[in-house]
Amino acid sequence: MHRLLNNRNALGMLFMLPAAALLVVFLTYPLGLGVWLGFTDAKIGRTGEWVGLENYEFLWGDSVTRLALFNTLLYTVAASVLKFFLGLWLAIILNQNLPFKSFFRAAILLPYIVPTALSAIAFWWIFDAQFSIISWVLTRLGLIDRYIDFLGDPWNARWSVIAANVWRGVPFVAITLLAGLQTISPTLYEAAAIDGASPWQRFWHVTLPLLTPIIAVVMTFSVLFTFTDFQLIYVITRGGPLNATHLMATLSFQRAIPGGALGEGAAIAIAMVPFLLAAILFSYFGLQRRAWQQGGTDR
Amino acid sequence: MAAVTLSQVRKAFGSTEVVHGVDISIDDSEFCVLVGPSGCGKSTLLRMIAGLEEISSGRIEIGGRVVNDVAPKERDIAMVFQNYALYPHMTVSDNMGFSLKLAGRPLQEIRSRVDEAAQILGLREYLERYPRQLSGGQRQRVAMGRAIVRKPQVFLFDEPLSNLDAKLRVQMRTEIKELHQRLRTTSVYVTHDQIEAMTMADKIVVMNMGKVEQIGSPLELYDNPANQFVAGFIGSPAMNFLPGRINGAGIDIGEGIRVPVPAGATVAAGREVVVGVRPEHLAVGADGLPATVVVVEPTGADTQIFCKLAGTDITAVVRERHEFHPGVPIRLTAQLTYLFDPASGARLA
Ligand SMILES: Nc1ncnc2c1ncn2[C@@H]1O[C@H](COP(=O)(O)OP(=O)(O)OP(=O)(O)O)[C@@H](O)[C@H]1O
Ligand SMILES: [Mg+2]
Repeated sequence: MHRLLNNRNALGMLFMLPAAALLVVFLTYPLGLGVWLGFTDAKIGRTGEWVGLENYEFLWGDSVTRLALFNTLLYTVAASVLKFFLGLWLAIILNQNLPFKSFFRAAILLPYIVPTALSAIAFWWIFDAQFSIISWVLTRLGLIDRYIDFLGDPWNARWSVIAANVWRGVPFVAITLLAGLQTISPTLYEAAAIDGASPWQRFWHVTLPLLTPIIAVVMTFSVLFTFTDFQLIYVITRGGPLNATHLMATLSFQRAIPGGALGEGAAIAIAMVPFLLAAILFSYFGLQRRAWQQGGTDR
Repeated sequence: MAAVTLSQVRKAFGSTEVVHGVDISIDDSEFCVLVGPSGCGKSTLLRMIAGLEEISSGRIEIGGRVVNDVAPKERDIAMVFQNYALYPHMTVSDNMGFSLKLAGRPLQEIRSRVDEAAQILGLREYLERYPRQLSGGQRQRVAMGRAIVRKPQVFLFDEPLSNLDAKLRVQMRTEIKELHQRLRTTSVYVTHDQIEAMTMADKIVVMNMGKVEQIGSPLELYDNPANQFVAGFIGSPAMNFLPGRINGAGIDIGEGIRVPVPAGATVAAGREVVVGVRPEHLAVGADGLPATVVVVEPTGADTQIFCKLAGTDITAVVRERHEFHPGVPIRLTAQLTYLFDPASGARLA
């Protein structure tokens, strides 16, 4: 017993037990249940029979599911890329010595702290066919003569929800990258300036490489949250028009709860897991681990 | 290589001026040390030479060219920072070659110049390591290497040794000096350590509160300090100061003790003065000024005696070994004394 307590590994395991128990109860159980349901034909009010891969086979051929997968990928890629560039740009601006710096830093967080449902409703109005402020301003400026049908046209609707997601997600990216920027010692920039680096070269050779680990973490989270987004879509479009904005998450919910097909809904949700895992592995192995961060042990 | 000239250089941060009109001229291939207490504006001055800090007024010339509005990279200077400022994501060789790479030099040339610098600094084995994998002294060398590969006209050092332990500091001091003797590049070196200044400099600039107190060679400053500040700053242990009043051919320093007025000094009788005497110019003998021993610190080569003379704490350094005990009365003779004005600190004799 004494030796066990002195063993670092054994002790580590011991200390992880409480956390592991919580994970099992609140994470593994629902996940396991989901996986199980995905292999059954459970309906609401009826425990299902094991049907093997039948749900997945059906979904593979289901055009709405395929569309939802396409929508999800587009939504994730487009929103993440936009969030990254906008967030980085904002972070760099906020990292300068501008007047009212702390005010702007606080203000930028606003979209993030407003409850999603609330901001979704605001976007619903912004994109409304008759009351859209965007259409109103553009007509006033004489740039368009007919109100834009933001949510009625499939592609307009897709870009509209992407815009809403970007608006909501940028603060998280910007603030995290700002924190990352602030860990970079200003003398490195001075050294680079003396070494002859232009501002752009300083960004490229100093800022970006030193920021990469944080970019990797924040973008992984951003991709995960975007890929699994539900609230914005559900409030703004409910997946419409013509399923053009249905994401895997919204479709899964729709099939399972209002549609009653628990097994099928669960299967859609489980189908998201491989994508999420791929994103995590890519970020972990591709971006986060840097030899220069590892100290003296890796050589 | 180039001369560096500062004329009436001033620097204000907002409304507070921290450098008040500094004139310094540094000759080609000279090793100039800026020394002074913390906060006196040494780093600010160095950063103005580097172009990292704007000049509020005045003029800085490098190699005869006014560089007031020239960007750092156009000034042909290299700087070694106190915290080294090595790029953590680049290997030692990339760190050293970065400036050449930015300048678009061919890979071949970069490699050979990095190799050459690594050879000089004994960094050959570490070229592929990252800064985190180096000791403080090795990082310091890499920072120097980064400066020398560029073969700039001027080296700027901002307290490059202050993060090293005492022994390494002495060793690196010698290495930097050797490097300078070999490359003969004009160097401006900031430190608050007067021993570093004395040992390394061709020319020392003593600064205090944003002003230059005196400029000269190490021995000039030691032998002929212009004022009480320089006298107290240069030399270790520091010069002793005893307040007194001129009275005929002597100076009353209290408790009825008199010190002779230095030969050749012309000071009005009755005038308040400060008598300065270096610890190493005090000798213990059978007669002289009566003092009481407080603490004795033998360092091996010599002995420091802390004692009280006319109510003032003073230090004497003697070569011979004495077995003094605290409280014992001794007699001290001052072989060389200086006189300063108590108000302005100016040297009187
Ligand atoms: N960016 C700044 N804004 C305002 N004041 C500053 C700034 N940089 C330096 N100072 C002030 O200028 C004065 C000189 O600073 P400087 O860094 O040149 O001192 P130093 O002689 O290098 O001291 P040390 O030996 O401690 O490094 C200090 O009083 C400091 O507070
Ligand atoms: Mg300094």
